Amino acid sequence: MILLWLILLPLMGGALAWYAERFDARLPAWIALVSLLSCLGLLLPEVLADPAAGLRYGLWLQDVAWEWIPRFNIQLHLALDNISLLLVLLTLLMGLVALSSAWEEIVEYKGFFYFNFLWSLAGILGVFLAMDMLLFFLFWEVMLVPMYFLIAIWGHENRRYAAIKFFLFTQAGGLLMLLSIIALVLVHYQQTGLLSFDYQRLLAAPITSASARWICLGFILAFLVKLPAFPFHSWLPDAHTQAPTPASVILAAVLLKTGGYGLLRFVLPLFPSASHYFAPLMLTLAVIGIVYGAVMAFSQTDMKRLVAYSSVSHMGFVLLGCFSFNLLALQGVMLQMLAHGVSTSALFVLVGMVQHRLHTRDLNKLGGLWQCLPRLSAMGLFFAIAALGMPGLGNFVAEFLVLLGGFEQHAGFSILAASGLVLGAIYCLRMISQSFWGQLLLPRAAGALASTGPDSQTPPSGTLAAAAGTSAIPADLNAREAMTLAMMALALLGLGLHPQPLLSELNAVLSALLEAAS
Amino acid sequence: MDTMLLAIPLLPLLSSLALVLLQPGKRTTAILGVGSVMLSAILVVGLQLLLWQQTRFVETASFGTWLTTGRLEIGLGLYLDALSLVMISVITGVGALIHLFSASYMRDDPDYSRFFAYLNLFVAAMLILVLADNLLLLYLGWEGVGLCSYLLIGFWYKVPANNAAANKAFLMTRIGDTALMLGLFLLFYRFNSLNIAEIQTAATELLGAGATGEPLLGLSCLLLFAGAVGKSAQLPLQSWLPDAMAGPTPVSALIHAATMVTAGVYLVARNYPLFELAPAVLLLIATIGCLTLLLGAGSALVQTDLKRVLAYSTMSQLGYMFLALGIGAPATAIFHLMTHAFFKALLFLAAGSLIYSLQHQQNILKMGGLWNKQPLLLVAFGAGCAALASLPMTSGFFSKEMILEKTAESGHPLLWLAAVTGAFITALYSARLFYLIFFGRQQTQLSHDLPGSMTWVLLILTALALLGGIEPRGLSVLLPGSIATPEAQLGPLQHWLPLLLPLLGIGLAWWLFSTGAFTRPSGPRLTPWVLFLRGGWGMDTLYLRLFVDPFVRLSHLNRHDVIDKGYGLLAGTTCALHRLAGRLQTGQLRGYAASIILFCLAGIAWGILG
Repeated sequence: MILLWLILLPLMGGALAWYAERFDARLPAWIALVSLLSCLGLLLPEVLADPAAGLRYGLWLQDVAWEWIPRFNIQLHLALDNISLLLVLLTLLMGLVALSSAWEEIVEYKGFFYFNFLWSLAGILGVFLAMDMLLFFLFWEVMLVPMYFLIAIWGHENRRYAAIKFFLFTQAGGLLMLLSIIALVLVHYQQTGLLSFDYQRLLAAPITSASARWICLGFILAFLVKLPAFPFHSWLPDAHTQAPTPASVILAAVLLKTGGYGLLRFVLPLFPSASHYFAPLMLTLAVIGIVYGAVMAFSQTDMKRLVAYSSVSHMGFVLLGCFSFNLLALQGVMLQMLAHGVSTSALFVLVGMVQHRLHTRDLNKLGGLWQCLPRLSAMGLFFAIAALGMPGLGNFVAEFLVLLGGFEQHAGFSILAASGLVLGAIYCLRMISQSFWGQLLLPRAAGALASTGPDSQTPPSGTLAAAAGTSAIPADLNAREAMTLAMMALALLGLGLHPQPLLSELNAVLSALLEAAS
Repeated sequence: MDTMLLAIPLLPLLSSLALVLLQPGKRTTAILGVGSVMLSAILVVGLQLLLWQQTRFVETASFGTWLTTGRLEIGLGLYLDALSLVMISVITGVGALIHLFSASYMRDDPDYSRFFAYLNLFVAAMLILVLADNLLLLYLGWEGVGLCSYLLIGFWYKVPANNAAANKAFLMTRIGDTALMLGLFLLFYRFNSLNIAEIQTAATELLGAGATGEPLLGLSCLLLFAGAVGKSAQLPLQSWLPDAMAGPTPVSALIHAATMVTAGVYLVARNYPLFELAPAVLLLIATIGCLTLLLGAGSALVQTDLKRVLAYSTMSQLGYMFLALGIGAPATAIFHLMTHAFFKALLFLAAGSLIYSLQHQQNILKMGGLWNKQPLLLVAFGAGCAALASLPMTSGFFSKEMILEKTAESGHPLLWLAAVTGAFITALYSARLFYLIFFGRQQTQLSHDLPGSMTWVLLILTALALLGGIEPRGLSVLLPGSIATPEAQLGPLQHWLPLLLPLLGIGLAWWLFSTGAFTRPSGPRLTPWVLFLRGGWGMDTLYLRLFVDPFVRLSHLNRHDVIDKGYGLLAGTTCALHRLAGRLQTGQLRGYAASIILFCLAGIAWGILG
C-alpha cells in the first residue's frame, strides 16, 4: 500500500494545491511541502530497515498489484527494490530542493504551478515504481505533460520554443516505446501463450524471436532521448535553459534519470542478446556524448546552458556504464545518477539564485561575484569542483567505478571517456573564473559595493526584495538557501567518502540484473 | 600510535573545515591554522622518537572502508614506513614553519581565514597522499593537493592573470592525473588490488623471478610516470610551474617548491619495485629528468622576476630527483627532495620577505646593493643560494653530489654530462641572483622591517639548509641498496669536476656581473635567444598554437550545436512542406473542381493502363 500512497499523495496534493490557491496564495507551496514530506515519512521504514531483512519478495522490498484491465491482463502493479528505492528517495529529496528554489522565484499562478510540479513528480515516482509495461508508459506520459506546462508558462525568454521541443522529442521517443511495448507483449504471447504486460513475467521468459532487436531498439531510443545521449540531446540545453529553476532541478535531478533507469530496468534484462548486439554502438554514442557535451559546455556563454551541456557529458557515463555489463560499472551508474542529480541541480539552483539577484546569467557579464556574494560563490565553487570529479565527492566515485568497470572489457572506450575528466575540468574552471572570480563587472553591484567602502566584503544581510531593488548590493544566501545547498553538499560528501552502504545495498540487485543481462 | 597516525592528517583537515565554517577573526584564524599544523608536526616528532631505533617498521591505521564491491576493496587506510615518515616530517616540519611565516606575511590580507583554510586543507591532502595505503586514496590526496594549489594560485582572484595561471596549473596537472588514473586501472586488473604494499610484494616477486620487460607493466609504469610528470612539472607538462608563482609567496614556498611538486618523485619512489620491472621506463625517467633540468636551468639564467628564477630552478632541481630515480637511486632522490625542501623553502621565504620589504618589487634588475641593509636576508639568501649551487658542505652539496656520483656509476655518460652541465648553470644563476640583489647600486628603498616570527623562521630554515644534509645514512634504510659510500671506480674527472664546477660558475657569474653583462640589455644577436629562454623554450607558444587555439576555435565554431541545426532543418522542412501543401488550399471552387477532375482522370487512366 505504501507504494500506491507514494504516488497518490502528490497527485492529491497537486489537486488540493490548485484548489487552495483561491483561499491563500501561500497555501499551495505549503501543501506541496507537506505532501513531499509525508511521502518521505512513508519511505522512512524502508530506508531504516535492515537491508537484508527488508527483502520480502525475492529482491523486492515491496510488491503490490491490483487488477486494472483484466481483459488484456493489465495490472496496477507496483514494486520497490533497492534501485527504485534510491531513485525514489532522490526524487523526493530533489523535489524538496526544487520546492525551496520555487519558494520565492514563482510568483504567478502559484496554484497551477504546484499542481504541475506535484503531478510531474508523481509521474516520475510512478515511472520508478511501475511494474506493468502499460502502467509504466502511462506514468511516462504523466511526467511529461505537466513538465511541458512548467516550462511553457513559467520559463524564461524563449520558453514556448523550448517547451514544444522538449515535448516533441520526448513524445517521439515515447511513441516508439509504446510500439515496442505492444510488440513485446505480442511476441511474448506468441511464444508462451500468455498475454501479460507484467514486467516480472516478461522477465521470466525473454523473447527469442528475431524481432527482439527491433523491439529493443524502440526502448533504447526512448531512453536515449531522455538520458539524453548524443545525438538526441539537443532538446536538453533549450529545455533546461528556459525552464524556471525548480523545473530545471527536476529535469536534471530526476527526469533524466528515468532514461538511465529504463536502460537498467528494461533494456538490459529484457533483451540480453539484443543489448549485447547494440553495445558497441551504445558505447560509441556514450563516448561521443561525453566528449561532445564537454566541448559544447565550454563554448557556452549562458551559465545555465553550460550546466545543461555538462549534463549531456555526465550522463554519457551512465550510458557507458550500462553497456559495459560489469558489476563495478553498474554500481557506478547508480552512483552517477545520484551524484549527478545532486551536483547538477545544485548548480542549477545556484544559477537561479544568481539570475534572481543580478538578472543575468551571461558569463560575459558576470564576474567577481565572490566580492559581493562570498557564500554563494563558495558554494558555487564547491559544486563546480564536485562536477569536475574531485575525489572525495560523489561524482568522482561514480565516474571512477564506471571507467574502472568499463576498462575490463572495453579499455579503448574507457580511455576515450576518461578524456571527459580533463574536458570537464576545462568547462568547470571556465565557469568558476568567469563568474565568481575576476573583477566585478556588473556596474550596479560594483557601484553599490564601492559606495559602501572596500572593507565591507560581506554585504549587509537584507531581504531578497531589497536585493531586487535598484541600487542595493545583492544579498548573499539567506538561511533557507544556505540550508538547501549545505544539505546537497553534505550529500555529495557522503556519496564521495562513504558510499559503502549504498554499494552494499545495491550489490545483490545489480548482480541479479547482470546475470539476467548476460 | 594508531590514533597519532590518524590525527596527523586529521588535525589540519578539521582546522580547515572550522575555518571555512566559522570564518573567525584573524587571531583565532592564526591560532587554528598554524596551531593545527604545529600539532601535527609535534606528533610526527613523537612518532620519530617512538620509531627511532627501528629501521624496518610498518605502522597502519584506518579510517574505515571506502569502496568495497565485487573484487574491488579499497579502504581509507594509512600506511607509515620509513619513506612516508621522511615525507611527513618534511611536510609537517617545513609546513609548520611556512604557516608560521604566513601568519605574519598575510596579516594585512582581508581574506586571512580563507587563506589558512586552503593552506591547511593542502597540508591535510598532502599528508593523505604520502600516507595512503592504496593508490586510490593516494589519488584522492593527489587531486586534493592539485585543487588546493589551484585555489591558492588564484587566491587573489580579482586579477585575471592569476585566474589564468590557476586554470593552467590545474588543467596541465589534470592531464597527468587522468593518465595516472588509467595506470591505476591497468594495475588493478594486473594485480587484482590497488593496495600499495600488495602490489609491491607482487612486483618484488616478479622481479625475483626475473620477469622484467612485461609490456603491460611497462605501460602502467609509464602512465604512473605521466601523472608524476604533470604534478612535478617535468617535460612535457612543465610550463604551468612558472605561472603558478602568481600565488602568495608562502604558497610558492610550500606547494610549488617544498611539497606538492615533489609528489611525483614520491609516487615513483613509493612504487619503485614496480618501476624496476620496467627498465625502459626508468631510462625514460632519467632522460626526461635530464632534459628538464637543463631546460629549467637555462630558463632560470635569464629570468628577471625573482620568483620565476626560483620556479625554474625548482623545475630543474626536480629534474635532478627524477634523474636519480631513473638511474636506480630512489633514496638519493628522496634525500635531494628533503634538502631541496629546506633550501628552496628558505629561498622562497627570503624572497617573500624581500618582496614584502621592497613594496612588491619582484624584478631583480631593479634591486641591488642590499648587502648592508638587511643582514638577515643576506645570510638567508646566501645560505639558500649556496645550497642551491651545491657549494661544499651545504645540504644541497651532499645530495646533488650523490646524484652525480650515482649517475657516473650508472654508466650513462650523456646523462652524467647533462647533469654536470646543469650543476654548472645552477651555480651560475644562483650566483647571478645573489649578486644582482645584494651588490651593485641600490635602486629601491626598503620599507618594512621584518616581524619577529618571520625572522625566526628564516633562521631555522637557514640552519636546515646549511646543515640538513650532514647525515644521510639515516635515509639508507628507506630503500635497499641505495645510499652507499662513493666507490673507487670513479675517475678523477668524475670525482673533481662536480666539486669544481660550482666554484667556476660562481667565478664566472662574478666576472659577468662586474662587467655588467647581467644588467645591460643583451645585444641584437643574443636577444632572440634570451627571449626564447626566458619564455621557457617557447613551449607555451607551442601549446597555445597546437592545442589551446584549435580547441577554442573548434568549440566556438560549433557553439550553436551542429546537431541541433539538423533537427532545425527537419522542423524547417516540415514547415516548408506545410506551406507548399497549404498553397493548394486556395478557397477557390474552380481550383478544387479542377483537381477533382484531374485526379479522377488520373485514376481512370491508372485503372485502364494498370
